[in-house]
Amino acid sequence: MSDADTLEALAKAGIPAPVKPLLTVEKLTRVYGKRIGCADVSFDLWPGEVLAIVGESGSGKTTLLNCISSRLTPTCGTVHYRMRDGVSADIYKMAEAERRYLMRTDWGFVHQNPIDGLRMTVSAGANVGERLMAVGNRHYGNIRGAAIEWLARVEIDEDRVDDQPRTFSGGMRQRLQIARNLVTEPRLVFMDEPTGGLDVSVQARLLDLLRGLVSDLGLAVVVVTHDLAVARLLSDRMIVMKEGRVIEAGLTDRVLDDPRAPYTQLLVSSILQV
Amino acid sequence: MTAPMTETNTQNLASYNFAYLDEQTKRMIRRAILKGIAIPGYQVPFASREMPMPYGWGTGGVQVTAAIIGRDDVLKVIDQGADDTTNAVSIRAFFAKTAGVATTTATPDATIIQTRHRIPETPLHAGQVLVYQVPIPEPLRFLEPRETETRKMHALEEYGLMHVKLYEDIARNGRIATTYAYPVKVEGRYVMDPSPTPKFDNPKMHQSEALQLFGAGREKRIYAVPPHTNVVSLDFEDHPFEIQHFTEPCALCGAEQVYLDEVVLDDKGGRMFVCSDTHHCESRRAEGHRGALLGDEPVVEKEAAI
Ligand SMILES: Nc1ncnc2c1ncn2[C@@H]1O[C@H](COP(=O)(O)OP(=O)(O)O)[C@@H](O)[C@H]1O
Ligand SMILES: [Mg+2]
Ligand SMILES: [Zn+2]
Repeated sequence: MSDADTLEALAKAGIPAPVKPLLTVEKLTRVYGKRIGCADVSFDLWPGEVLAIVGESGSGKTTLLNCISSRLTPTCGTVHYRMRDGVSADIYKMAEAERRYLMRTDWGFVHQNPIDGLRMTVSAGANVGERLMAVGNRHYGNIRGAAIEWLARVEIDEDRVDDQPRTFSGGMRQRLQIARNLVTEPRLVFMDEPTGGLDVSVQARLLDLLRGLVSDLGLAVVVVTHDLAVARLLSDRMIVMKEGRVIEAGLTDRVLDDPRAPYTQLLVSSILQV
Repeated sequence: MTAPMTETNTQNLASYNFAYLDEQTKRMIRRAILKGIAIPGYQVPFASREMPMPYGWGTGGVQVTAAIIGRDDVLKVIDQGADDTTNAVSIRAFFAKTAGVATTTATPDATIIQTRHRIPETPLHAGQVLVYQVPIPEPLRFLEPRETETRKMHALEEYGLMHVKLYEDIARNGRIATTYAYPVKVEGRYVMDPSPTPKFDNPKMHQSEALQLFGAGREKRIYAVPPHTNVVSLDFEDHPFEIQHFTEPCALCGAEQVYLDEVVLDDKGGRMFVCSDTHHCESRRAEGHRGALLGDEPVVEKEAAI
């Protein structure tokens, strides 16, 4: 019996389907020549769960994030994603068209630098509406309505809808990038240092907004950060990386309050001293 | 602008192969054309050759014409609808010289019509070939400059960006303000740039009796729309595609439902609107039609006589 058949049978019998991981990463490795990007990383991500990947600069966080979000082909290892029909698919065995469709509908990717995730020369409304148009929405009024609604959800005034992001502050650009990703109501969003380039006060506001959206939408998130405070605020669980390998993993509060690996202890204490 | 060919190099052309290009090059171009016909709207790369004229003069169209023309063909060349501009006259002279073919200005008499930026008003018939000179063949280029990416978008039918452009148009102007090079979807598959023809001409591409070939010389691309192919202009449900409408008929021949050019008459703001298709205008006048500017001539008598 396939996964889909099993789920259908359970549904018919009125039995709630058992919760299964949304994303399953197994023995993922990426090398750059002789240098290790990330090595032998395995974890599950559950629906609605926020996982933080932390570690110092150069520890392999971005490499890992790009490998699991299909933006960088791993050297070995697998990534399985549970599609909306309940079937788990190996993202590197999918047809490219299907993978790209997944990336712009069921997934989101928030770049550290909003310029990498926005079209700077089209309006905020078109930036948010692009994904809707990409999946076949052909009603201007509806697309614009959805764009305005999403701008409001990320606290951007409706009267900015026709302005290009070039005229936006760093914080606004980042919020626009988030709206652009969320408009198709993805189930999984990847974020690489989403508050990285921002002033401290702007960071706090953005984190607050993100926290609200993640819980309202029941989003699963994999967020890369070198900032343990960001991990504390956003994530349920975290993995700590060093030299491309996972050296500790667990519930966020447990790892931060009771770090086991000596390296994590160092990391946590150095943060506390700041 | 300078003329594309000097007197002397026109003389020298006589020693070149039939229609200027060598047979091997023509075969290569024909293969690209055949592939284009087999995959309507798909841009086929080809090894564009240097022609004895600058790129802006339609070298892509000239190479396509050179590859398909035979001794019995009758060639018409238009530039913005006119047979008598320098560009049109030069290209016509080029093929008269290098291929010895007959030329014409009459749309129905031509077997090949090479065009820059217009489709003739007279409906084309089966057996005719319309060859477009194309400056920029890639409709996605304006928002996605990376060739690798635009190719992937075509391959995977990812055309959301085309609507982003139309969205921006409406957001800025309250309506779709694109008036030329208006993107179309060919046979429900490839999005294509119809070259800088006015959108007025887009409906003529749909289910045409004629074969339509597009040549971009500098960009080294050929694409095609075979006869009886669906060509649909992109739009939104609540902002449907519309052609331009002109409030007055042609000042010379009185034609309505044709594409008009504005002509400035004097420096006091005097202007008139006349057919952009010079052959269409002339043949209507020859039939006795008179526009407002020629109002005192036969048309009244003729109508009275009926
Ligand atoms: N494109 C690349 N080519 C070569 N080495 C790279 C490349 N990208 C990253 N690396 C190396 O891989 C390791 C992990 O880098 P990265 O994933 O960017 O870490 P982080 O995001 O934690 O700062 C580092 O040693 C880095 O120098
Ligand atoms: Mg990084
Ligand atoms: Zn006229």
